[in-house]
Amino acid sequence: MSTMAVPDIAVAPVDEGFWTRSRKVGLTLLGLGLLAAVLFGALATDQQARFTLSDDAAGAALEINGTIGAILFGIITIAAGAALLAGVPKRWFLPVLGVGLVGFVLSFLCWQVSAAPAGQNFMPLVNIIRGTFILALPLIFGALAGVLCERSGVVNVAIEGQLLMGAFSGALFGSISGSVWVGLVAAAIGGALISLLLAVFAIRYLVDQVVMGIVLNLLAIGVTGFLYERLMQTDAEKYNSAPRFSNWEIPLLKDIPVLGPALFRGNIFLYLGLLLVLVIHIGLFRTRWGLRTRSVGEHPIAADTLGVKVLRVRYRNVLLAGVVAGIGGASYTLALYSFTKNMIGGKGFIALAALIFGRWNPTGALLAALFFGFADQLATYLGAISSSIPSQFLAMLPYLATILAVAGLVGRVRAPAADGKPYIKG
Amino acid sequence: MTTNPNPQSGSPDKEPASEAQAAQNALGNTERAETATLPGRPQPESEPKPSLGRMFLDNLWAANTFTVTLLSLVLAIVVGAVLMIISDPTVLSTYSYITSRPSDAINSSWTLVSEAYANLFKGSVFDPEAFSAWVNGTGGWQAVLAPISETLTYAAPLIFTGLSVALAFRGGLFNIGAQGQATIGVIMAALAGFLLPLPPGLHLLVAVLAGALGGAIWGFIPGILKARAGAHEVINTIMLNYVATYFLTWLIVQNGVQDPTRTDAISKAVDSSAQLPRLLGGDLRVHAGILLAVLATWAVAWLLNRSTLGFELRAVGANPDAARTAGISVTRTYILIMVFAGILAGLGGSNMVLGSTASALTPLVVAQIGFDGILVALLGRVKPWGVLLAALLFGALQAGGNRMQSYSGISLELVTVLQALIVIFIAAPALVKAIFQLRAARAARLQTSLAKGW
Repeated sequence: MSTMAVPDIAVAPVDEGFWTRSRKVGLTLLGLGLLAAVLFGALATDQQARFTLSDDAAGAALEINGTIGAILFGIITIAAGAALLAGVPKRWFLPVLGVGLVGFVLSFLCWQVSAAPAGQNFMPLVNIIRGTFILALPLIFGALAGVLCERSGVVNVAIEGQLLMGAFSGALFGSISGSVWVGLVAAAIGGALISLLLAVFAIRYLVDQVVMGIVLNLLAIGVTGFLYERLMQTDAEKYNSAPRFSNWEIPLLKDIPVLGPALFRGNIFLYLGLLLVLVIHIGLFRTRWGLRTRSVGEHPIAADTLGVKVLRVRYRNVLLAGVVAGIGGASYTLALYSFTKNMIGGKGFIALAALIFGRWNPTGALLAALFFGFADQLATYLGAISSSIPSQFLAMLPYLATILAVAGLVGRVRAPAADGKPYIKG
Repeated sequence: MTTNPNPQSGSPDKEPASEAQAAQNALGNTERAETATLPGRPQPESEPKPSLGRMFLDNLWAANTFTVTLLSLVLAIVVGAVLMIISDPTVLSTYSYITSRPSDAINSSWTLVSEAYANLFKGSVFDPEAFSAWVNGTGGWQAVLAPISETLTYAAPLIFTGLSVALAFRGGLFNIGAQGQATIGVIMAALAGFLLPLPPGLHLLVAVLAGALGGAIWGFIPGILKARAGAHEVINTIMLNYVATYFLTWLIVQNGVQDPTRTDAISKAVDSSAQLPRLLGGDLRVHAGILLAVLATWAVAWLLNRSTLGFELRAVGANPDAARTAGISVTRTYILIMVFAGILAGLGGSNMVLGSTASALTPLVVAQIGFDGILVALLGRVKPWGVLLAALLFGALQAGGNRMQSYSGISLELVTVLQALIVIFIAAPALVKAIFQLRAARAARLQTSLAKGW
């Protein structure tokens, strides 16, 4: 058939000799630690860096002298790097790496918080954690949509379009009907509509999936932008005033210190997102559906031989992905903002990055999304304390991290083997 | 995708590389516009055929590239019309009593749609009113040429980015990064344009080359990552697009770059000595960028079809393993492909700030030319002269869209919708064929498919 499989010339760098991956990472970490201890230590001031356990400056706080903190956490990173360099058992690799990176971030924060203008030397942890999760929300939904699609072998670059369509139809039909639930269903259908196009063209007409994704994104931007100008801008009252989900407090959980007020006193989309991560993770790795999905994504011919309906599985998964992403879009218009043109603004692509960074795994994608959300929230926070670090560079972080991950510098990432390859029953 | 003027002759073609791909496509009767225009290429002799007229008619309704492209346009226009109607409450209300008085609904819809598309045409190709004004002596010739001038102005950068994507496609790489490469190109071109004190002429040359260099750097990164680490270029170019955008928004507000008289995000203006000269006087926006674009098209066509590098590129694109076995350095070719693609996109970027579109950096200075370039490349069937034609069409849609927006109040977004729809239909010829019941002429082999995984 007319499909062309270009195998990547992925000459995977084989870990040989002394410089194993673990040692290279250790060396990098050592360098970061030195940077933190010396540079951040020097730039930090002697003021106390306060990390308050609340929404503002008040209340209990973790405090540390800025200079001491920056140097101390830098040394922790150095120690983690040295440990990796010296060689640790394989199962200790990730925890040690985690400790090292957290040390680096904390050292950085000690510097930034202590160097902030007087009166602003505090970081409200509740606020930061809440912001991180809220900013990560569309990424979580988007990345889950990617997982569903790509695990069954269909590349989903159209996440942006699915989120946008979901946000739009959620706002439109929510406003017309005046009901959040109608809005939510409409958002799911809107996302699924883009997915349907992706599925039909990718599976039935064998169009290149990346091409289709890109074109669908543009189509979604065009259609929603056009209808926004024609309908919502002329009569915002009627078409763009969707009701919002009221806050749901979760009993017991809301009383956990710090995490309770940050996470369990509000946004239902957050609960839904976290629940979906759990459900999809279990579904993917523990159920028959998951096994079939993964087999179709890895080796469709084998799956077909065993009687799995490859195309049906792909259609179903791509549509499900659209539903998930559509609900993700609704997390904007049915909880936070009213619809504006192109309001997703590239979040779909960060979700794609989170999917890849999280290695096509729901839990990995969640962690990646939270990391990116944290970078985003940090950029906002640093802007508020008039930091010297330009927010644009923090905003670049997700993209740069993904490039490093894909280039194999932070471990290999491998897509499902049949991802992007149309299946023609032969 | 190689095409062939001759339905019987199969594909005995002198382009062995894209040909492996073409051989898979096994080739229907589709026109060979690009190669026909190239000098020195012998036309394949055709076997005795039934009759010329008969063949013409047969082919007209057979699913060849030309017919599919044309019908895709028609389909997109129809869907656009539907969108216009359903988003206009007054017109839509006439449909509530369509059974009792259908003429109302039909008339109002027709007025709305025909007026919009007429303005699209008048804004991009030819405006009869301006023409009659000129004939009667009440208007200038500039007004007559204004639509064409606008179309060419919008088309020029799209030609560059379209070529960038098409070139990479032929080498088996999907360059989604034309947007980022154009962004870095626009930055470098603008910096050279207002920071370097150079004499006219030389200044322009340096600024244009600086743009190309910027694009080349931004193309080199995914190229080397692909070649050395096997990192997929689609992922990396997407990520680099955003890195470039954030870099631009950061750079604009730095001291020495930002316009000192302004508080918003806008840079100093490019010196007039570094601006591309306007071709038809100061009133019309068309500038020398379009000439450069035609030159670039010719150069890319030459590179692809006549040079050793072009041969290697197409060989790698068709089958990297076979190319490697044949002694072609795949890594070197991948890097070169991305660098060349970057250069082209960077030139497109310099067009945006050295031409008449803008003269200073703003966060949105590159518009969507990189993403539009992907559509243009697909519409142009990833061939250089095809890209040129596709870019002209897209330029016309942009130019006409502006007039449609101001005269008919139809949002410019409709143009994005039309563009996306055209490419969707083109990418799925089987669908177009089914809709119009085209003759079964090997439409399945018209796939634009370059399917591959991450």
